[in-house]
Amino acid sequence: MSEAMETVYERPHALLPVVTNYCPGCAHGIVNRLVAEVLDELDVEGRAIGVAPVGCSVMAYDFFGCDMIEAAHGRAPAVATAVKRVHPDGVVFAYQGDGDLASIGMAETVHAATRGENITVIFINNAIYGMTGGQMAPTSLPNQVTQTSPFGRNVDTDGYPIRVCELLSTLDGVAYLERVTVDSPKNVRKAKKAIKRAFQNQMDGLGYSLVEVASTCPTNWGMSPADAFAWMGENMLPYYPLGVYKDVVADGFASAAEAAAARSAACPIAHPENAEGECA
Amino acid sequence: MAPANDKVLMKGNEALAEAAMRAGCRFFFGYPITPQTELAAYMAKHMPGRGGTYLQAESEVAAINMVYGASAAGARVMTSSSSPGISLKTEGISYMAGADLPGVIINVQRGGPGLGGIQPSQSDYWQATRALGHGDFQVVVLAPSTVQEMADLAYEAFDLADKYRTPVMILADGMLGQMMEPVVLPDERSLDSLPEKPWATVGHGHKRAHNVVNSLYLTAEELERLNIERYERYAAIERDEQRAESYLTDDADIVLVAFGGAARIARSAVNLARAEGIKAGLIRPVTLWPFPADAIEPVAERGARFLTVEMNMGQMVDDVRLAVNGRAPVAFYGRTGGVIPSPEEVLDQIRALDAEGGDAA
Amino acid sequence: MADIKELQLVLAGFGGQGVLFAGKVIAYAALLEGREVSWLPSYGPEMRGGTANCSVTLSDEPIGSPLVTAPNALVAMNQPSFDKFIGTVRPGGVAVADSTMVPEVTAPEGVGACAVPATALAEEAGLKGLANIVLVGKLWALTGFCDRATLDAAIEASVPPRKAALIEKNKQAIALGIEA
Repeated sequence: MSEAMETVYERPHALLPVVTNYCPGCAHGIVNRLVAEVLDELDVEGRAIGVAPVGCSVMAYDFFGCDMIEAAHGRAPAVATAVKRVHPDGVVFAYQGDGDLASIGMAETVHAATRGENITVIFINNAIYGMTGGQMAPTSLPNQVTQTSPFGRNVDTDGYPIRVCELLSTLDGVAYLERVTVDSPKNVRKAKKAIKRAFQNQMDGLGYSLVEVASTCPTNWGMSPADAFAWMGENMLPYYPLGVYKDVVADGFASAAEAAAARSAACPIAHPENAEGECA
Repeated sequence: MAPANDKVLMKGNEALAEAAMRAGCRFFFGYPITPQTELAAYMAKHMPGRGGTYLQAESEVAAINMVYGASAAGARVMTSSSSPGISLKTEGISYMAGADLPGVIINVQRGGPGLGGIQPSQSDYWQATRALGHGDFQVVVLAPSTVQEMADLAYEAFDLADKYRTPVMILADGMLGQMMEPVVLPDERSLDSLPEKPWATVGHGHKRAHNVVNSLYLTAEELERLNIERYERYAAIERDEQRAESYLTDDADIVLVAFGGAARIARSAVNLARAEGIKAGLIRPVTLWPFPADAIEPVAERGARFLTVEMNMGQMVDDVRLAVNGRAPVAFYGRTGGVIPSPEEVLDQIRALDAEGGDAA
Repeated sequence: MADIKELQLVLAGFGGQGVLFAGKVIAYAALLEGREVSWLPSYGPEMRGGTANCSVTLSDEPIGSPLVTAPNALVAMNQPSFDKFIGTVRPGGVAVADSTMVPEVTAPEGVGACAVPATALAEEAGLKGLANIVLVGKLWALTGFCDRATLDAAIEASVPPRKAALIEKNKQAIALGIEA
């Protein structure tokens, strides 16, 4: 046995030594850490600019060590778009919850994605509004009881939940979409791999990348953290299956732009380079 | 044959856009709306050549939040719209004020409320000076009256915004946006000459603690302290940045107060009145916030009567009355809905006041 | 020729007849002579196939209202526009109408009305689409709002570079209007 002690676990540099506001058992802490580990491993904290949302992670600007901007509710993709346009060499990410990203900010999300903004979005889907105390979210499940669906989400009147990865997968500007979870060490490792891909894609200029993390809200679901993960596995994952929803590289393209060009190959105006014998 | 004094003939919207780029603005985020569209179109055409970004956002809401982001990232940035679109932007303007972010917002006003009309109006005066979003804050509001001023004030707006770390609005109208006049364009600013922004979120490069751009303060006392600090800055703006133009006011018995497009009509009416022997004059506020009370007060003190002329139902007249503070009568004449008053109908109002004054004397 | 240097002009016609461009040429003439000038168009949906008009003021004094409500000169390119604005022209003013498009040219007492078949003249001369500039020539002949040489320079300044080939034709249209 060696005398020297080996460090096997420490706080990532990109995570500040502060106490977070997250509830005990909340998965935000895990995902915050994964993002920070990735910033460390890619050595980009110094040129990273993060955009925090409104919701439980509203104060993430105090947790991440990189430069941070607090956005208005739902507007993180618009803010991140502009930051990336000003600093193309920066590494720009938005960290958003389901109400922020898929309800009030859906227009900003869809348009940042379809513009192919070269940003990274981390999306925490826990099927409820946590910060305001447990209201129905755009991703709350059918019959899920929340403060504002006290008799359970009635799809006849409240409509259906939105599957964000599936929705965004039709858009040409998107390079990479994956839904992961963090309910086990194995899944945490897979989540980190996905988050790292999403940042690496940005650095490689591939297009818009989003990682959706199927998550929990023990406080507002009224469960222990372990029961909450069990409920999530039983109810959310069948509705929101894990997996890769778009990966232009796996599809054989260099970038979202190249994939989009292939998809629109038959459209003449989209491909002036194919015009024959005509002056432009 | 070359134009005299390097003057060019440009639409107000285009002159403003060109001057903004010459002031170092390299980022424009907008959404189409009449009657400001030429401004965005000019940006779309000329930004790429300067290495800048023109981005047509999905909405006014997204556009102003892009302005927020670009400003946080340290850039000189601008958006433009017309009245209904400005209502949508108020969310982001409030956040900019709360995060002490500079930026320039153009309102080429049209008639309201609601979808209203598309003809020139000044009916967003209250919104601009009182209510560009929720919370305790003010925005510097500049009111051009000529195409030359569309350019000059746009150019200055960026400096004011950076100096005081505040959004600045240019409150124009459809007439000023659409009309052409000769204009001398300001010099192109070198980007190297723009002020440093050590607070900006540009990536800390491991050389400093992280910067945070934020308007959230959950401790009431902390938020109060920051608001009070901001109002100290506003007091400095009110002290140092009031601006107005006085025309024939020295001996005037009747002083018109009008801004922007309406001031041009008021000036014509003053000339018509003078031709009839009525001693009329004009005070034209160039800054609407801070309101140039300093220019009004001495005139009120010596007992001139006031006639406020606006293209709305009577909004700036509130500020005139506050500045006059009961020392002199303040009348109002306005047209609304996009109707531009004629100098002759304003002259009728001056004549009526003159007759009243004669009766009183 | 009436000598009207302080021009307060309304140009009106259908969208597409070029009344806004004609106004721009006149505005450029004043710019080139270092005078005060304003050009204010009507704007909005009426431009699409409906009527279009613009106010142009040339002056040696700073210009107040750019909206001309009581013009001393009118250029009308269709009957509805002529009928709409002829009553606003001040006594001593002039009205120039394209009589190809405005069959009934009657003006109030004191307003000099001038009918020029500008559309027909332009087509005969191979200058299709330049009736607006023919009328500018005629307006100049009636008012002398600038020096003759300035008028050609204003054409050069107004025609966008991508249409530079049309400069000569525009100058011919000016000359045609002056002689009409």
